Amino acid sequence: MTQDSAAEPAGGMGQAPGNAAASPVPGGKVGAVVVVGGGVAGIQASLDIADSGFKVYMVEKTPSIGGVMAQLDKTFPTNDCAMCILAPKLVETGRHPDIEIIAGAEVEKVEGEAGNFRVTVRKRVASIDPRKCTACGRCSEVCPIETTSSFDEGLCERKAVYLPFPQAIPLSYTVDRKSCVGCGRCAAVCPANAVLFGPEETEVRTLEAGSIVLAPGFEKFDPTGLKEFGYGTYPNVITSIELERMLNASGPTKGHVLRPSDGRVPRKAAFIQCVGSRVGKQKERYCSAVCCMLSVKEALIAQEHTPGLRTTIFFMDLRAFGKDFDEYYKRAESEYGVRFVMWRPSHLSEDPATGNLRMVYETRDGKLAREDFDLVILAAGIRPPAEARRLAQVMGIELNSYGFCRTGLFGPTETTRKGVYVAGAFAVPQDVPDSVAQSSAAAAKATAGISESRGTLKVKLDRPAERDIGGEQPRIGVFVCRCGINIAGTVDVSAVVEAIRNEPDVAYAEENVYTCAQDSLRKIQDKIKEHRLNRVIVASCTPRTHAPLFQKTIQGAGLNAYLFDMANLREQCSWVHMREKDAATEKAKVLVRMAVAKARLLEPLHRQRIGINRSALVIGGGISGMTAALEMAAQGFPVTLVERETRLGGLGNRIHHTLEGEDLQGHLKNLEERLLADKRITVLTGAEIRSIDGFVGNFKTVVEIRGAGCRVPGAGTEGPGTPHPAPGTLTIEHGVIIVATGGREYVPDGYLYGKDPRVMTQLQFEEQYAAGTLPPYKTVVMVQCVGSRSPQRTYCSRVCCTETVKNALLVKTEHPDAQVFILYRDMRTYGFREERFREARDLGVNFIRYEDDEPPVLDEKGGKLVLTVRDPVLDRKVRIHPDLVTLAVATLPAAGTPELAQLLKVPLNRNGFFLEAHSKLRPLDFSTEGIFFCGLAHSPKFLEECIYQAQGAVARACTLLAQEALETEAAVSVVDEARCRACGRCEEGCDFKAPLVKVWEDGRLHARINPALCKGCGKCANRCCSGAITVKHFTGRQIEKMVEAALSDFCAGPANGGVRQDGG
Amino acid sequence: MEAESPSGVAGKAAPGFEPKIVAFCCNWCSYAGADLTGVSRMQYSPNIRIIRVMCSGRIEPNFVLRALELGADGVLVAGCHIGDCHYISGNKEAEKQIARTARLLEILGVDKRRLRLEWISASEGQKFANTVNAFTKEVRELGPAGYGRK
Repeated sequence: MTQDSAAEPAGGMGQAPGNAAASPVPGGKVGAVVVVGGGVAGIQASLDIADSGFKVYMVEKTPSIGGVMAQLDKTFPTNDCAMCILAPKLVETGRHPDIEIIAGAEVEKVEGEAGNFRVTVRKRVASIDPRKCTACGRCSEVCPIETTSSFDEGLCERKAVYLPFPQAIPLSYTVDRKSCVGCGRCAAVCPANAVLFGPEETEVRTLEAGSIVLAPGFEKFDPTGLKEFGYGTYPNVITSIELERMLNASGPTKGHVLRPSDGRVPRKAAFIQCVGSRVGKQKERYCSAVCCMLSVKEALIAQEHTPGLRTTIFFMDLRAFGKDFDEYYKRAESEYGVRFVMWRPSHLSEDPATGNLRMVYETRDGKLAREDFDLVILAAGIRPPAEARRLAQVMGIELNSYGFCRTGLFGPTETTRKGVYVAGAFAVPQDVPDSVAQSSAAAAKATAGISESRGTLKVKLDRPAERDIGGEQPRIGVFVCRCGINIAGTVDVSAVVEAIRNEPDVAYAEENVYTCAQDSLRKIQDKIKEHRLNRVIVASCTPRTHAPLFQKTIQGAGLNAYLFDMANLREQCSWVHMREKDAATEKAKVLVRMAVAKARLLEPLHRQRIGINRSALVIGGGISGMTAALEMAAQGFPVTLVERETRLGGLGNRIHHTLEGEDLQGHLKNLEERLLADKRITVLTGAEIRSIDGFVGNFKTVVEIRGAGCRVPGAGTEGPGTPHPAPGTLTIEHGVIIVATGGREYVPDGYLYGKDPRVMTQLQFEEQYAAGTLPPYKTVVMVQCVGSRSPQRTYCSRVCCTETVKNALLVKTEHPDAQVFILYRDMRTYGFREERFREARDLGVNFIRYEDDEPPVLDEKGGKLVLTVRDPVLDRKVRIHPDLVTLAVATLPAAGTPELAQLLKVPLNRNGFFLEAHSKLRPLDFSTEGIFFCGLAHSPKFLEECIYQAQGAVARACTLLAQEALETEAAVSVVDEARCRACGRCEEGCDFKAPLVKVWEDGRLHARINPALCKGCGKCANRCCSGAITVKHFTGRQIEKMVEAALSDFCAGPANGGVRQDGG
Repeated sequence: MEAESPSGVAGKAAPGFEPKIVAFCCNWCSYAGADLTGVSRMQYSPNIRIIRVMCSGRIEPNFVLRALELGADGVLVAGCHIGDCHYISGNKEAEKQIARTARLLEILGVDKRRLRLEWISASEGQKFANTVNAFTKEVRELGPAGYGRK
């Protein structure tokens, strides 16, 4: 978690500082992991692995990490800007001392076995040396070759020498060898001598690793072959990812939706769903799972960007099954007026005169309609990655029948080879949060097997002793960068240096061609010593990417990292005022002066080290909780599992069949046995949480034990049911919490439920089926969405469609003559589950779609059940006489969830499920540090999803437990306790629970901010009514001085400078 | 969405007047958006001086008042879009505090158009440039604030 990218003392861009620790114990397991793929899945896995004390080699085949997410404009269901949330992760990965990015590389060979793999990687030698490239862009300017931009999906041109995208990591230009003609102009102009021109070369590296994680992502389906939609022939037919680039403010059309044929703004756009999904050849019949939501989002954003645009989505089933997805879909329809038409168009025809596209479809009342659209977007599905076959061969793993990685129900991240794990869309088509959770899970599995080697390959940061500058007058050194001609071409750098040299407290100033070059960095260190500098300013580019490098440099010369500041003369001056050189120079002087003003007040800051209790508490003993406890123990950390019921297993106890035909009850039994046999695990059943105190690393939880049925440490061998010595309360001390409280079935109040024994929930059906107590039946009706997607519970319960299909298949297999009717709204059998939905249809199960406003009605007449529903195909009401009615009821959060949320001081969403820190990139974290969650407590989900979430939560928790002490942020807020009036506004406003108002050990009532929880955003200082809070590194006084400098001697304007009227 | 300059009466201010504008940008979205403006070589008027803060929720009313007192003609506060805040709800705090500040300005008789709050994401380089240009134009038309101490 980085608080301030400018205030991180860690290593530079991908260069590993310090020395690697001693090599692993001979014969032991290697404390390193190879991660294949640098998309969001690979990034998450790498960060979790590296943060838990292991070395990561990230092998990415393209020149930059970032993957498909980097191409996205917004993300559903929050419309977050994708790059805003991804870029900090890219930077964090790029400068993590324990992650080595090997870009432009592919794995060629894997030898050895789990714990000791030898991975051979072939890497293309970069034509532009990323260590030298300063991303100035001169090479690209002079390059004479234009080719289509793959990042912009071919919608615009780029040069053969190009930057993959502005936020690329490594931040380096690269040469597209396919287009390059070898003219050498780029090499001639490169001021950093970074272009190595010659024939393309490759180099081979052999990596030693204990585990391998595969996250190669997916291939976007190319609809070129589909003649019916004319993609590639009709210019106004585009794919969803092309639209995504158009919607992006930095994309080819700068955020404007434009028709490719004539550049006109479209008035009517249509989305066609399931292009390349759910149809065609057997191996392509799966559902791509993300496209429905992608289209809803794009329709919504496109309408926002384009006044007057109306969008229509043609769909088969609208699969909005994720957390808060259905609400998003409803909002698109009701608030934005996106039109949804349930129809799969068979073809499109183009009017050559207008470029418009004609579609024929059936309306709700069964009439054929003809409609013209001026833009059509194909929701092209997800295909296995292009290199899947080769990768499978190299890795020695199996693929499933669709060409994705083969995994198991109980091991959703495990491939068929031990020690090799999978994450992201290579496992199954899935969206970002599911990929992220699964990647954390893969991180947990990849490190569990080598946990004994934790820390053995971790880079030890060499930090020279820090010079105490206490009592010294500020002696500021200013280094102004010319950045080749990037800054110097617009700003008169020498004039800036001259102006700043005369500022009070500036002890030294100079200019550099490239301040970030190795020799310049050494020079900074020399000058610090020579002139006894105690503050350093680099006036060059943006601190967001370059501050860490310079901070590391001054640390090398004995200065605290926080005695540093930057002035952004490139991105925010020379590059944006290229036609106003004088004004730019004046502005540059002011920007440096502002940095000097702040620098005078900079003080050394230190991270505090706080102790951590390296153990975990897991709340809930269902499948998620049991999995989490076992995985935590596998990582080597003690764990206490608290279950409210006397029996472990939770909802899983009631599931007797799985769609995949696996033995869940056997799995549960196995989990329980392993749990009770593990000496590191304490299981408390019949126990309830009474209070939770403390904070990350140091929690104290009181558990009330209600009676017999508890198991104590080491009691596992004594068999289940060993009574706890005495009921009462028990206090547990632990460093992290994993919440796995699960869910429960909604109890319906309609459909004669509870009144007629022939009406039951799907789970009850399953139990009675297993027990053989079902009444005889010939006709079964299964009703979907009972209690879900309703005004009271707005969410989709995600699993019920598949559970119903599973049970329908059971019925049809056992009694092929039985009539089965499934009454549904949208069948949401996403991913590979689609196949079973198809199978049910093939077996003759009748599917009848009902509308939200016309739910089926169930009555009883003369001992017979009568079900009435309107069949939209026949367009009339049909009456069915079922012997059995099953209800697919909603999944609710566990009873007691609100009370637990209060004890944990964490939020719930509007439907009562726990609310994550970030719906996309932190799906398993709470915003409060040290607390994680998984399974049904998060939202309704399938068994395998609960399992990987539980494993993922463990990986997230291990990033804390792996540390011997927690380092707090240095730039945090502090309370002047004497001035505090204990109003509590800081505590009330903080999303991280950092401030606390109480009577402290000094006997006084006041606020205090816990540096372990504070993120340094400064909101509390703004809310403070007595000015008692100081935000370190961004103090009110520092900001005031910057403002003062910004307004001093101001000389703006193109010609005659600022003319001030004397306003008094 | 894109801020267009209001059709104020041009040339009301003294000819040649160039306003001084102080901008506070949050580290995660708006400062990054400003960086993207540069990377994309989009041009905007040089009247603006950006001060980086971690979160727009850090901006106290006092910072705005002080800037005007020290001679600023306009103050721009830019943060992540609502829902995108890196610190969850810091921008909501900014929204409240800036609204409060605008009321204070009214009481003090300062034209509240001199204070502008904008949500600019890391991918909205164009919006950053447009915002700066439009705001500069507007403040230029408003003329010097004239609260600066000489």
